[in-house]
Amino acid sequence: MRRISISPPVAAILLAIVLFLLSGFLPNGFGNDINVAIAQATNIVRLAVFLGVIAAGQTLVIISGFEGIDLSAGSVVTLTAILTYVTVKGEDDKVLLALLISLAVGALIGFINGLGITFLKISPFVMTLGMSGVVTGLIIIINHGNVSGKVAPIMTRLIARPLSPDIPIPNAIIIWIIFGFMMWLLLERSTFGKHLFAIGVNRVTAKLSGVNVTVTNLAVYSLAGALAGFGGFLVVGNTGVVFIALGQPFLFPSIAAVAVGGTLLSGGKGSYWGTMAGAIVLTLITSLLTTMQMPDSVRRMVLGATLLVMISIYGRQRGFRQ
Amino acid sequence: MKRFSWDEMMNRYPAFFAILLLVVALIINFILQPNMFARDTLNSNMRVFLPMILLAAGQAVVILGGGIDISVGGIVSIVNTILATQVGLNGSPEKMWTYVLVSIGAGILAGAINGFFIAFLRLQPIITTYATSFLYVGFALFILPNPGGGIPAEIANIYRNTTPLGLPLAFYVIAVILLIWMYIRSTRFGNYLYAVGGNAEAAYETAVPVTWVIFTTYVASGFMAALAGVAITMLSGSGNAEIGVPMTLTSITAVVIGGTALSGGVGGVAGPVVGAITLGIIQNIISFSRIDTWWETFVKATIIVVALAAPGIINLLRRKKV
Repeated sequence: MRRISISPPVAAILLAIVLFLLSGFLPNGFGNDINVAIAQATNIVRLAVFLGVIAAGQTLVIISGFEGIDLSAGSVVTLTAILTYVTVKGEDDKVLLALLISLAVGALIGFINGLGITFLKISPFVMTLGMSGVVTGLIIIINHGNVSGKVAPIMTRLIARPLSPDIPIPNAIIIWIIFGFMMWLLLERSTFGKHLFAIGVNRVTAKLSGVNVTVTNLAVYSLAGALAGFGGFLVVGNTGVVFIALGQPFLFPSIAAVAVGGTLLSGGKGSYWGTMAGAIVLTLITSLLTTMQMPDSVRRMVLGATLLVMISIYGRQRGFRQ
Repeated sequence: MKRFSWDEMMNRYPAFFAILLLVVALIINFILQPNMFARDTLNSNMRVFLPMILLAAGQAVVILGGGIDISVGGIVSIVNTILATQVGLNGSPEKMWTYVLVSIGAGILAGAINGFFIAFLRLQPIITTYATSFLYVGFALFILPNPGGGIPAEIANIYRNTTPLGLPLAFYVIAVILLIWMYIRSTRFGNYLYAVGGNAEAAYETAVPVTWVIFTTYVASGFMAALAGVAITMLSGSGNAEIGVPMTLTSITAVVIGGTALSGGVGGVAGPVVGAITLGIIQNIISFSRIDTWWETFVKATIIVVALAAPGIINLLRRKKV
């Protein structure tokens, strides 16, 4: 007998659609109004962009295997958001500089993570959790209670606003589609992508097949840091304000999004499309809970339970008996 | 006479590095705080260290068995919020001891949930306990959304000021922990634990009940985390759902600098206990050296990362010599 199997990204999209339709029945849901429904759906996808970009780096490190994970992503987002805010100071011509700083700082932090994980054999979870503390310390030093700065009008225009008054598609979604395509090129059509999946499946065989495991591993963590940095740049462009706890709420959902998208948490298998679908599901769940006026405690429990259910479905290791 | 060999010392006594670090930290602390060995100061230091000592001992058992427990901080939070809300500032001693039993039960239950998912469903320990940590902290926030509540001062004072024979209570607790650990090591379970941590597949082949051994380690960790929660509640006298969150990484760090490898099967419980004391003393040094408040988080986090990196750095240096 054949078991019916749906690919995880498709399952995630179906889950998102079902959840969204159910949300229409809430007292303050969209009800019968199709226009309101479309507007709400667009808004949820728009919000999912930020989680989706931050989860991109997470996808890479998780595919790289060896219990790969990046717990410093949340604090990197906060740090680069603050750096962008301070650098731009409301001037359009400094936006590019701020973007480069965000990417470079993120990459540097990721590189340090990679050094610790590759050379000092510290478990990725512990190393990146430790770095998260260090980065939070840096944020406190830079921030010193308050920062002065401002996002540039061009950032708001490119990130937070729709494409044009006639086409109500937010620019953020278009950025995300282009970004998703680039991630696909990176994972499926590049040598780096091949090496990434190879080390995720089995490091020894990858090494024997001529993959430079050390360099690939360092590159993965640096890239993940840079992507988190890019996420910070986007987030501040959307919100226009910074605060110390800006990035941390993205961390746990970013991991859950990867898991929901069907990327194996043991590494070696996964896709960015899945993570994009996962980001939409997670954003939808969070916004549903907010609409239902659930307190923070319930939100956390639901997020924790979601991840637990997802890994129970996809993440089971081989039993001893087999 | 045999020449002193650094390598041999490190190999034969995993706790050697921890003790060395402890002595260095003690000397620095002694210079900054000359009265640290006076009866009152010693007691006030040890009662602050005790929760982490209990937590690290539990974490060590899980790590020895080849796992890791990210949810210990969440369990500490649950216990703290149960005691702070149910006993209250005017509660009777009977009520206190009843709820101490209840919260220890809660800790064992939380550990059993972890153990069920990891041992029976064969999920990855890191990601599973990360998910349950969200569940547990969420539950603690559910019990007590804002910091508050507490336990009666006279009960808290039992913990703070009990010094049998002039020695801090913590010394007796450490002695009990080490005695119990020595007993466990001599039992069949002790052998199983090292076998499972070293190589679970091989242990399974030789008829070790791997599933039950792994399950038991998480229950033990939940139990120890609950004791740590009771201790920290009696120390602080008040409730805060986030109290346990930063303790998780510290407990892992204590285990690592205590010479118990994160890969499992190597080390013991004594090293992590020493590690926990060392980290407490380092914390003391930081507060006595009067560094700028803005820098404190950064310095603390950097020391944690360096401590985590230390065994790896030593390994690297050792390999170069060969």
